Amino acid sequence: MDAMLHISTLHYLVLGAALFLLGVIGVLTRRNVVIVLMSIELILNAVNLNLVALSRYWQGIHGATALHGQVFAIFVITDAAAEAAVGLGILIAFFRNKETINVDEVNLLKW
Amino acid sequence: MLIGGILVITRKNAVHSALALIMTLLAQAAIYLMLYAPFVAGVQIILYAGGIMVLFLFVIMLVSIERTEKERQFNKQWLVGIVTAGALGGLFIAVYTKGKGVFPEHALPTAEAQNTQAVGSLLYGQYMFAFEIASLLLLVAIIGAVVMAKKRI
Repeated sequence: MDAMLHISTLHYLVLGAALFLLGVIGVLTRRNVVIVLMSIELILNAVNLNLVALSRYWQGIHGATALHGQVFAIFVITDAAAEAAVGLGILIAFFRNKETINVDEVNLLKW
Repeated sequence: MLIGGILVITRKNAVHSALALIMTLLAQAAIYLMLYAPFVAGVQIILYAGGIMVLFLFVIMLVSIERTEKERQFNKQWLVGIVTAGALGGLFIAVYTKGKGVFPEHALPTAEAQNTQAVGSLLYGQYMFAFEIASLLLLVAIIGAVVMAKKRI
């Protein structure tokens, strides 16, 4: 229990940064659109982790009911749901037209 | 959790990626519990690990996965991508080593019983307008997804 109390806000922030970096690497290097979308989910989760960790830190200053970070994390989750729905809808429409889900073959908007 | 994240971006099979992502999300829900955020942890499990991942798996089954497994998994600019991510990582490391003292430890309040209640009263009180905007966003997303997935577009 005593060891658990020594996990500071910074540790959570570093974990969030590492997760964010994994998401960025996934977005920039993978060809499969589904996995790119999953990496975007990883990025959003890293942001959420930061928000909740800083909300915990904020609670230490302003009392137990200062939960603005957690409320914002819920909004971010809502946005992630909307983004996933629209993104996967676009993906299905694209797959119908081009029979591929690789990002480097998506060139309909190229001039 | 990081292992799960690494698995997400390296697996060949998209279904394996999705399962690794579920593992990551559940681990993150556990971290939320460690941060005394039970409501966010519940929302994380129900919405992410339950809802969004079912959507992902559904789409993975819809598009053909047999063919994409045999192809190249990484695109041509993977080196540039790695370098960019490395630069970003260097930035993070610099910021966090320089700003280590920004977050002094406070006497954190102990586990409060009314976390969900407090979140709810904030959500319906101070953040009422943002809440309504979020519901409008979800409506737009539903319409967008239905239109996009229609037969002829």
